[in-house]
Amino acid sequence: MADNEDDDSQQRVNEGDYVVLKRGDIYKAVQIQKKKKTVFEKQWFFLDNAVGELYGTTFEVVSGGTLQPRKPKHVEHAADAKEAGTDNRHILDDGKSQKLTRDDIETLKEQGLKGQEIVQQLIENSTTFRDKTEFAQEKYIKKKKKKYENSVMVLRPSCRILAMMYHGREPGKICHLRYDTLAQMLTLGNIHAGSKVLVFETCAGLVLGAVMERMGGYGSVVQMYPGGGPVRAGVESFGFPPHFNETLHEFPIQHVNALLAGTLDTDAKDIDADGLQANGEKSDPTSPKKAENKKESPDAEDQNMETNSSENSAAEKEAQEREKRREIRGQEKKVRMEEKRKKLAAAAVLLQGRNADGLVIASRFHPCPVLLGLIKFLAPSRPFVVYSQYKEPLIECYTKLREQGGAVSLRLTDSWIRHYQVLPNRTHPVLLMSGGGGYLLSGTTVTTDTPKVNTEPTSVEEPAAKRVKLEEETE
Amino acid sequence: MSFVEYSEFIQEGDVAIIFLGHDSMMPIKVQQGAQTQTRYGVIRHSKDLIGQRFGTKVTCSKGGWVYVLHPTPELWTLNLPHRTQILYTTDIANITMMLELKPGSVVCESGTGSGSLSHAILRTIAPTGHLHTVEFHQQRAEKAAEEFREHRVGHLVTVRNQDVCKEGFGVTGVADAVFLDIPSPWEAIQHAKSAMKKQGGRVCSFSPCIEQVQKTCEALAGQGFEEISTVEVLLRVHEVRSITLPLPDFGPDKPLETPTDTRIPSNASVLCKTTTPPREMAGHTGYLTFATKPRIHCLFYLQFVYFGLIMWI
Repeated sequence: MADNEDDDSQQRVNEGDYVVLKRGDIYKAVQIQKKKKTVFEKQWFFLDNAVGELYGTTFEVVSGGTLQPRKPKHVEHAADAKEAGTDNRHILDDGKSQKLTRDDIETLKEQGLKGQEIVQQLIENSTTFRDKTEFAQEKYIKKKKKKYENSVMVLRPSCRILAMMYHGREPGKICHLRYDTLAQMLTLGNIHAGSKVLVFETCAGLVLGAVMERMGGYGSVVQMYPGGGPVRAGVESFGFPPHFNETLHEFPIQHVNALLAGTLDTDAKDIDADGLQANGEKSDPTSPKKAENKKESPDAEDQNMETNSSENSAAEKEAQEREKRREIRGQEKKVRMEEKRKKLAAAAVLLQGRNADGLVIASRFHPCPVLLGLIKFLAPSRPFVVYSQYKEPLIECYTKLREQGGAVSLRLTDSWIRHYQVLPNRTHPVLLMSGGGGYLLSGTTVTTDTPKVNTEPTSVEEPAAKRVKLEEETE
Repeated sequence: MSFVEYSEFIQEGDVAIIFLGHDSMMPIKVQQGAQTQTRYGVIRHSKDLIGQRFGTKVTCSKGGWVYVLHPTPELWTLNLPHRTQILYTTDIANITMMLELKPGSVVCESGTGSGSLSHAILRTIAPTGHLHTVEFHQQRAEKAAEEFREHRVGHLVTVRNQDVCKEGFGVTGVADAVFLDIPSPWEAIQHAKSAMKKQGGRVCSFSPCIEQVQKTCEALAGQGFEEISTVEVLLRVHEVRSITLPLPDFGPDKPLETPTDTRIPSNASVLCKTTTPPREMAGHTGYLTFATKPRIHCLFYLQFVYFGLIMWI
């Protein structure tokens, strides 16, 4: 007999947890913070009552903006097989069949009626309901339920849920990467625990988080990032345990060439560890500034000692404290910069062996130079996957890779997904379908040493043995 | 080498994938003194393979060359010996993500078949997860177990030769995810439910026919599963081509003054880099039905426990 006590603490929502709220097909990632108002599907409420409940619990939003757990077995036996028609030949769609007005419904809502009760009211006040066929009645009920539903489910975040959420809510943030395409990337890239994976993405951290989830905290992930700093907002939403952070590294791409050439000196104290260039945060200016600070404070102290007029001492104490604060800030900054430098050095060590196990690219940048630049860090016989919202940039990648060699099994693909409604006698594909989910280029690296036997440097996929008949490429 | 961990150099006993050219590959077992025949000649394992890096080029006796690749579940899927119809990477990728598989997951699967999905699952759940796979055909079960051992993943998997519809998966209350690829999945739903952890989990059923899907969805709903969803996924391949399109000749723009060389050459053409679809593509593999088993709520469970106790006494 299993006792649930031990498991339960793991299965319960804690304050500070990252969760996903769900209603129907709508998801939203939030962090549980007490006394903080959250908005979800045009409703405002506090998440306080979710703390201590089990993940997967459905709550009702009651007046006042609090959550109330719904009783577990909310079995709704919809079909009270009462009256139903056979077809719609006599049903007039004149917009007058519902007797309740908008205001009436609002009143009901204010009275605190639950979603199901409102739906019941709507059914009773519909003149045409009993003429509808059973199927039409079910459809009507489902539609009204969806509209007046008041429930919120609290879920543990996962790649699947977050990928669907981002694709539904903010596809622009993730370069319109559809969740099934993301699934292909993770599998084609052979992302697994214990490997060393390079990720270059501008998908708000969704791709990075997905990779980290599949690594399970084992191995290492190096995020290559453009510009000032790595963007990782999406990674937080996954709610990884803290030790996952130890496997996550970052490296600014503006140092890639130096690293490849062997000229990157990560011991240099003034290294631009942030990848920030001309925006005043350069490490260089701070050192003279600090020196100035140090010089100034003894001066201020001297001044303090010399003057003994009380009117000035207050102002000078101010100045003294300001100097102290500046010095502390300077020290803190120095410590931060040193931390960053150390991280950069650590990432550089991971990269310079050129033995990474996988490469995942998904960004708004042109994929071709990104791929050609980063593929050099991969060991031979390792997979890489490049995502692009558009096909043409990947055609370019494909062509360039074929020319330069070093990769086999190149494939340009896109994936097609269709949802089905499965109901007795009403099974069919859903009416709306996703138009596109982006394109993928995948392949496997191989060594690029020049062949001893063959002279022509062309297609590496077709070993051209001169004595053997080449097989014709049949469609 | 193992299917769940990369290694750099080829060793005796490894499985390796010989890449011969455009979509042409073959798996081999590396052994001292062994030889492999390819259309480009002979590969001598001791000389050409053992001690070499995965990914290097190997020259065969006739002069042609091939690449030796480290095995991955994806390469295995394309090269494994078929004992049954298998699942391909497109479906496998979606199953993996939708079942929320990750290191440490415990998975129940039936039928094992040729082990295509099994290898992919093992790769994803390693090093701390476990796969319980059930196959009712004795020889296939034995062959699968043998392959898992050869591929150095035996410690992560338990193969059981039984009928999942009658006897279940052989474990209860341990699975984070259950996968069914059997003729009558609705008969196994109850077993799937009991194999899963009480805190809930995900289930997936793969069926080629819509009637099977309908019955399975009914069974899932009846057993209290939620979020029941059926999808199908297809992969479209785009073959990159350089094509030359000839330009039409509408005659000279201006009337000819001299009847000779002011004509545009009639063989002008334009070069385009584009993609074409293959002549045929896989149009259907099967429908994937996913569902979530909700957590049996504490109070609810205790009620059962009470009841059970009372029955005992």
